[in-house]
Order: sequence, then C-alpha cells, then structure tokens
Amino acid sequence: MVTLNHYLVLSAILFSIGTAGVFVRRNLITILLSIEIMLNAVNLSFVAFGRALGAADGQIIVFFVMTVAAAEAAVGLAIVICLFRLRESLNPESFVSLRW
Amino acid sequence: MLLLVPVLPLVGFLLNASLGRRLTKQVSGSVACGAILLSFLVSIAAVWQLVSLRPEERSIVQQGFTWITSGDFSVGLTFRLDPLSAVMILVVTGIGSLIHIYSTSYMHDERDREFATYFAYLNLFAAFMLVLVLGANFLVMFVGWEGVGLCSYLLIGFWFEKPSAADAGKKAFIVNRIGDFGFLLGILLVFVRFGTLDFQEVAHAVAGIGPEAAFGTLSLITLLLFIGATGKSAQIPLYVWLPDAMEGPTPVSALIHAATMVTAGVYMIGRNAALFSRAPETLTIVAIIGTATALMAGTIGLVQNDIKRVLAYSTVSQLGYMFLAMGVGAYAGGIFHLYTHAFFKALLFLASGAVIHAVGGEQDLRRMGGLKRELPLTYWTFLVGAVAIAGVPGLSGFFSKDAILYRAYAGGHTVLWSIGLLTSLLTAVYMFRLVFLVFHGERREPAVAGGGPHDLHDAPPAMALALVALAAGSIVAGYAGLPAVLGGGDRFAHFLEPSLGAAGAEDAGHAGVELTLMAVSAGVAIAGIGVAAYYFMRHRAAADALAARFSGLYRLLSHKYFVDEVYDATIVQPVRITSQEGLWKIVDVRIIDGSVNGVGQLVAGFSETLRRVQTGSVRAYAASLLLGAVAILGYYLWR
Repeated sequence: MVTLNHYLVLSAILFSIGTAGVFVRRNLITILLSIEIMLNAVNLSFVAFGRALGAADGQIIVFFVMTVAAAEAAVGLAIVICLFRLRESLNPESFVSLRW
Repeated sequence: MLLLVPVLPLVGFLLNASLGRRLTKQVSGSVACGAILLSFLVSIAAVWQLVSLRPEERSIVQQGFTWITSGDFSVGLTFRLDPLSAVMILVVTGIGSLIHIYSTSYMHDERDREFATYFAYLNLFAAFMLVLVLGANFLVMFVGWEGVGLCSYLLIGFWFEKPSAADAGKKAFIVNRIGDFGFLLGILLVFVRFGTLDFQEVAHAVAGIGPEAAFGTLSLITLLLFIGATGKSAQIPLYVWLPDAMEGPTPVSALIHAATMVTAGVYMIGRNAALFSRAPETLTIVAIIGTATALMAGTIGLVQNDIKRVLAYSTVSQLGYMFLAMGVGAYAGGIFHLYTHAFFKALLFLASGAVIHAVGGEQDLRRMGGLKRELPLTYWTFLVGAVAIAGVPGLSGFFSKDAILYRAYAGGHTVLWSIGLLTSLLTAVYMFRLVFLVFHGERREPAVAGGGPHDLHDAPPAMALALVALAAGSIVAGYAGLPAVLGGGDRFAHFLEPSLGAAGAEDAGHAGVELTLMAVSAGVAIAGIGVAAYYFMRHRAAADALAARFSGLYRLLSHKYFVDEVYDATIVQPVRITSQEGLWKIVDVRIIDGSVNGVGQLVAGFSETLRRVQTGSVRAYAASLLLGAVAILGYYLWR
C-alpha cells in the first residue's frame, strides 16, 4: 500500500537531488534542469496532499506551478543563450562581475 | 496724530535708504531734515493738545494695533503721551532737528551715497528713540531700546573703513547687549509679577504697596532694569563704550549724547518711578553708581587730550548726576538735568565739530590754541555751553544741577552731595581747560593738517544756525524750572508730576538752606573756572609741573583708571581663550564635528565589511537562500 509518506519521502529525495544539482553542477543548463526537478518534487507533494485530503486544491496549484515553470524555463534558457554568446562559457562562476 | 511722530522720521529713513543712492545731497539732506522737522511740528501740536487738558487728565493714548494676545494678556503697539514723554519728544525732535541741519553742512564732504546712508541712519535713530519714549508698555519701549542700540552701532561705525571706528561700533553694540540682557530679564520679571507690561497698569498695581523693607521682587526688577540703564546710559560698569563712540562723526556724538540713546536709561527710570520708589535698596545702588560714575568720569575728563573725549567723559559724568538724582528720588530734577544737558551738550559737541571741521580734522587739544580770533562764532557759542555746563548762575546748567544737589543734601545724602559738589568743581575745570586750550593762547601747531591759517573758516550757515539756536536754548532752557526760592515756582517739576508722582518735599522752610547751597555751588563753579584759568591760560608750565609731580595719578587718569585694560584681562581675554581653545577646538571640532563625522565613519566602516557579502556568484546567493529557508523551517519545527 502506497501511503502519503511514501510520496513525501520521494518528493524530499527529488528535492534534495535538485538542490544538490544546483550547487554541484557547473553548467547553467544543468542548473536549470535541477531547478525543474525541485519544482516537480514540490508538485509531487502538492498532488499527494491533494489526494490524501480529497481536495482539488493541490492539483490546481500544480497547474499554476507548471505554467510558471514553463515561463521560467523559456526566459531562463533565453538568458543562458545570451550569456553563452557573451562569454563562450556556461560556467556560472564566469558571470560574477555584478558584485562589490 | 501721535503715531506720526515716530513714523515721519521712519518714512525719511525709508526714502533715503531705498532711493538715497540716486538722490543728490540737497535732496536727501532735505528729506531727512524735513522728516524730523515735521515730526517736531507734530510733537509741538501734540504737546499743545496735552497741555490744554487738565493736569490730572494729561495723557493721550493711541493704539496702532494689537501686537500679542494670549489669554487675558495682551500687548499693543500703543503710544502714550504724558508730561514725561512730552518733554522727551520735544528734546528728541527739537535737538534732533538742529543736529540734522548741522549735519547737512558737516557731512558735505562725503560722497552722495554715503551722505544719504548717513541721513537714513540719523532718521532711523530719531524714529527708534521716539518709539522708546512714546511706548506705553515695556515691549514697545524695548523695540525702541534695541533700535537705538542698532543705530548707534551703525553710526559709530559709519567710517567703517577705519578699524578703530568699526571696533568702537562693535564695542558699543556688545556692551549695550549686556545691559539689554538685564533689561529684558527685568521686563520678564515685571510680567511674572504683575501679569501686564503696561506702564500705567504696573504703576496702579504697586500703588497700594509701601516701599520694600528688604531686598525683594521689586528690588530685583528695578535692579535688572537699572542694569539695562547702565548699558544705555553709560554708567559704571558699562560706560566704556561711550568714550570710544567718539569714532563716529561729531554730529552723531551730539545726537547720541544729547538727544537720544544715553538719555534712554534716565528716562526709563523716570518712567518707572513708581516701581523704583518702592525699592529703596535699588535706589541706593542707583545713587551710589551715579555718583561714582560722575566722579570717575570727571577725573578722567581732566587729563584727556582729545577734544571729543573730554566731552564724552563729561557726558558720562553728567549722566552720573542724573542717576544720582534718580537715586535720591529727585526724578523731576534728573529729567530736568537731562533736558538742560541736551541743549548744552549738543551745543558743545556741535561747536567742537565746527572746530574740528575748521582745523581740518585735528582733534588733539595740544595742537590747537588761539582759535578765538579765527572762529568767533564757534568760540562764543562754545563758551556759552561751557558756562552752562559748569553751573554758573543764570544759565540752564546751574538750575538743573542745583536742583539735584539740593535734593541730595535735603534727603540726607551728605556724602553723595559733597562728591557731587566736587564733581561740579571738576566739571568747571575740565570744561574751561578745553576752552582755554582750544581758543586762547597761541597757536601751538600753526600748520594743522590742511594748511595755514587762511584755511581756517568759521561755521558755515547751517552749522551757525544750529549753534546759535542751541546757545540760546542753553541760556534760557533752565528758566522753565526756576526753583521756588528764586521766584520761579518750579514749573517743570509740577508739569511732570502726573508722570513722576508728587515731586516730594518742596517745603519752603528750607529756603535758606537752598539758597546757601546755591551760593556754594555757584562759588564752586567759579572757583573751577578760576583754577582752569590759572593752570591752562596763565601758567601752562604749572599744569605740566603738577602732572609731573603726581605722575602716578596722572598716568592713572590718562589711562582712564586702566578700566579697559582690566576688562580686557578679566573678561575679553578669558572669553576669547575659552571660545578659541575650549569651545572651538574641543567642543565644536572634537565633540560636535566629531560625533557627526563619527556616525558617518561608523556606517562607512560597517558597510565596507558588509558589502563583501555581495559576491556576484549566483550559487552563493542560492546557498544563502537555502540556508535561510532551512533556518526558518527549522525554527518552526523545533521551537
């Protein structure tokens, strides 16, 4: 029997993988992908809660998150392309000129 | 109508101050003289109206507007004409007019612009003085009081390119400010004690109270007011500005010494006679200070070598007389002396101005002499002034000085009386020393700056007019207050009674005493003239020998008792050093600037460290975001 806890544990694992990806990988596109994993981990917990509580709220909010995520991915990728054209690099450490 | 009296000179001031630079000397001079003359005519009309009232109703009030209202306390810009202010406005506008007319000639060498400025200040001076004497309450009086202080600063420092003149102006202003502070405190205390500032209401409020047995509120009020008077009227300890005020043009000295400014303190005490009468402690102080000032200034005047400085010390000395009169309760006598003094002191100053004008700006007595032949008119008018101030019977100074001395004697103040008599001897000596050194004998310096004797010229018409008018005044003015024993009936004092209260013991039983005292003081005056004639006309060598024999005393006197030096050492230098070393270099630079700069440096230093957080690395930001989220989450989970 798959309970709510199973879903939440899976969600937590996915979220941790995404977080680790953001910090460990040195490629902007990979980082964007990791962020997507984090978002979907959250989505998973939303629908799990929605199902467990028998309410539609969880599913509705997931649609919102997916919409925002799509928009974010579009903008993010566009920025990444611009950055690549500028520096011929996808390493986030190459883009630190905006600092003290 | 009353409002017009101060407003006319004010209009003259505004005209000359705003358009003066475009006007010729004739026009700006006429505007100023016209303004003050019109004011004089209006004053005469107003006084005429006042005199036609019955004596106990003699008071004309005119309110300009309500100035301050707060609860049931209200102060208006109110003018009140009563016998005391009537005397004052006639003196201020009458003698003021003559000085204005004289100035048109005396200041003729100034450029157009300065000429207009000078007359603007002169008008303003008269306007403020009229506000001072007409004000019906302390606040309006204070406006005039401060105003004349300002004008004295402007006029004494009129030739401000000369550092000594600029310094003298500043000195006058600062010393006056010290007195004004006392005066202001006195006014505040009057308000606290009586809840009103109107002179009449204050007089009514104290009407039922007897004299204070010990030093109380009334004594404190009057003492503070008297501090103000010592500043304006040049008494110990604040007299030091007046001799230095000689740096201004000579007609200004005449205006300050005779018609305006220095009479303010005497007038103020007369105005508050009801208060002062109930504070015997203060009156004693006033009398002692007055007498001490009279004697001190008289002795200094004896050895000064600058013609105007001698006259300045003579003014200080005569003002001392007036305060002596106030202190012994002879208010009418003090005001009477103020009034006669205005004539002969204005005359003496204007005549000395004519001398200075004639010899091309020279003021040193030792370089004059023998001017009698070249300047007959100046000589004779000066002589009239000198005789009047010395107290020779028949001229105005005799009557007023005698009124004061008699009242001092009759009041039992024998010591004050004898010092007063000694001072009157000194007065005769130093005045005639001036006469003999300037006009008699031989020219000691034939080539005074400006050329040979052919350059000498007697007073031009405008000056001559003022001199003759004042000389006539110096002779006859005293007859207004001819004492009862001489068959005069003391009309001046009776006229002032509604303002000053009953003149007091005028019992005829002492007629013999009064006549004896008169004879004594007349004898003293003539003896003084004799002494001056002996030392300064016949035996100049004897005078020098005397100075050499008492060289210590001579040095003390010619250095004015070293009062300026003492003030410099005890007040000016400590203030300067505390200001410079303490207030400036420590309080201002270290504490005030330091705290402001310190706040800035603290913020800058902190920011210097904190800005390192902004690394530009996206992952560092993400990490701090994560840590923050974990921290908040952790807090809610485990709190």
